Amino acid sequence: MTYGHEPVSPEMIATSPNLKAISVVGVGYDHVHVETCRERGIAVGHTPGILSDTTADMTMALLLATARNIVPAYNHVQVSKQWKYYDPNILWGTDVHHATLGIVGMGRIGHAVAKRARAFDMRVLYYKRERRPDWEEELGVEYVTFENLLEVSDFVTLHVPLTEETTHLIGEAELALMKKTAILVNIARGPVVDHYALYDALKQGQIAGAAVDVTEPEPINTDHPLLSLDNVIVAPHLGSATVQTRMKMATMAMENLLAGLKGEQLPYGVLQPNFPR
Amino acid sequence: MSTARAFVTRTLLPEALDIIREVADVTVWPEETPPSVEELRRHCGDADGILTTIMDRVDADLLDAAPRLRAISQLAVGLDNVDVAEATRRGIPVGYTPGVLAKSTADLAMALLLGAARRTSESERWLRGGGWQIQFHPTHWLGQDVHEACLGIVGLGQIGREIAKRAGGFDMDIVYHSRTRYPDAEAEHGLRYAEFPDLLAQADFVVLSVPLTPQTHHLISGPQLAMMKPSAILINVSRGPVVDPAALYEALRDGQIARAALDVTSPEPIAVDDPLLTLDNLVITPHIGSAALPTRLNTMKLAARNLVAGLKGEPM
Repeated sequence: MTYGHEPVSPEMIATSPNLKAISVVGVGYDHVHVETCRERGIAVGHTPGILSDTTADMTMALLLATARNIVPAYNHVQVSKQWKYYDPNILWGTDVHHATLGIVGMGRIGHAVAKRARAFDMRVLYYKRERRPDWEEELGVEYVTFENLLEVSDFVTLHVPLTEETTHLIGEAELALMKKTAILVNIARGPVVDHYALYDALKQGQIAGAAVDVTEPEPINTDHPLLSLDNVIVAPHLGSATVQTRMKMATMAMENLLAGLKGEQLPYGVLQPNFPR
Repeated sequence: MSTARAFVTRTLLPEALDIIREVADVTVWPEETPPSVEELRRHCGDADGILTTIMDRVDADLLDAAPRLRAISQLAVGLDNVDVAEATRRGIPVGYTPGVLAKSTADLAMALLLGAARRTSESERWLRGGGWQIQFHPTHWLGQDVHEACLGIVGLGQIGREIAKRAGGFDMDIVYHSRTRYPDAEAEHGLRYAEFPDLLAQADFVVLSVPLTPQTHHLISGPQLAMMKPSAILINVSRGPVVDPAALYEALRDGQIARAALDVTSPEPIAVDDPLLTLDNLVITPHIGSAALPTRLNTMKLAARNLVAGLKGEPM
């Protein structure tokens, strides 16, 4: 059973001849070498679905916090204690209502984010490899090209799995396409965003702010240039971090593990067991 | 007839000032700090119209010192700093800015609610202080689910309704309490009405969006906090004195409720040695409910148009 992203490499698998099942507590399994598991008939399970709403909640928490300067406001009052009089001219943020949100990668989490955003009267655009007209109808979201999404969105949020294609999906060129007032939210995987390009873009005012729940590496070192900026919020990978959801994830992962050990069908399998009994 | 004179008590965006300049000579208070009572009296002495913020006490004393005053325009929805009855008695119309800032204030209420639920301010501060050493830990910084949780809205005016709408996107179970029942809102947003103690007992999140009146002063005090769940989170975007700060301090310190987030305090600003500032489970923002663009500009323009209407003797 694995938490977090301890890599499960071919070498590690080779040293575990009795390994029958790997149960990931989480939905992303990019850190597990699935090809090797397939060759060895090792089952791989994960915990999809149940953390979608919690992760969507966190996406909105980060988006709203950045839009409305919650962290600088908290610092102003409670950390540096500079609040001396009512000033209607400080800490101006950006309205979220009626702004345009661009969702990159619309799976379960993206769908849940779209639903929340529409309750704020946001205009919601999405880009994904396969269009979903049924979701467009259901949620009132619009399908656009990747470039168009970057160009017109006030908020861009990433909900893609980490693959070769999505590594550094957001780099210098993509940040240059975005609006100068735009805010980027990343709750997918750190390597989806080129962090040095992000730093440059923020420093030069190419985009206005960013909120990330995932970084490259994790944990991020406190002297990383991104942390020197005050228009960035960094959360320590808390996308699924609620009491309720972690309980559900642990239960699901345990069900997967037990099934795998018995050679039975995993309830939530990436690879089903396929080893000689 | 000479041109009207208008006094504006804080800097506004030029687009808003230009609206007033079309009909009046405008004096703008230039400092970042609000004018004192004396300075306010002095500047209102020859003013036909004034544009005020919540920091300006507009009472009988001030009106006595402003014999030419015929229009008051407030840059806010709440008018607890203005003696509206006294102004009306003297035939001076008072304008305010409803509607335009309700959505932005609701956005902020949700920002505070989600931030408190997921502990974003606290965890960020910990991370920047070097706390994040282990990449993933199953139980650190655990927050609470907002989706499908129970939200209790106290006061169902425009802001309360906008909050209800947003909460619907998270499939929250929404209960409200208000002096009047609103069956239309119940139907539109799927709300349930509850008596105040029932709301406090059921809610995972309690949001206050009432005006400040003698009845709502210290609406949330010791007994109310005791009725709330130990896991409950309190959000205040109404007015500071709706919550008894000493009672809130004790409740947060002793775990009677889990966390709170306040955009308004009593007093405002909060004193640097206030015990509330020693708590880890509290986030305070300095009254930024509607501090967002384009809303702030739209609010200023509305207040400017109200002032112009008042000076022309037209309805605000």
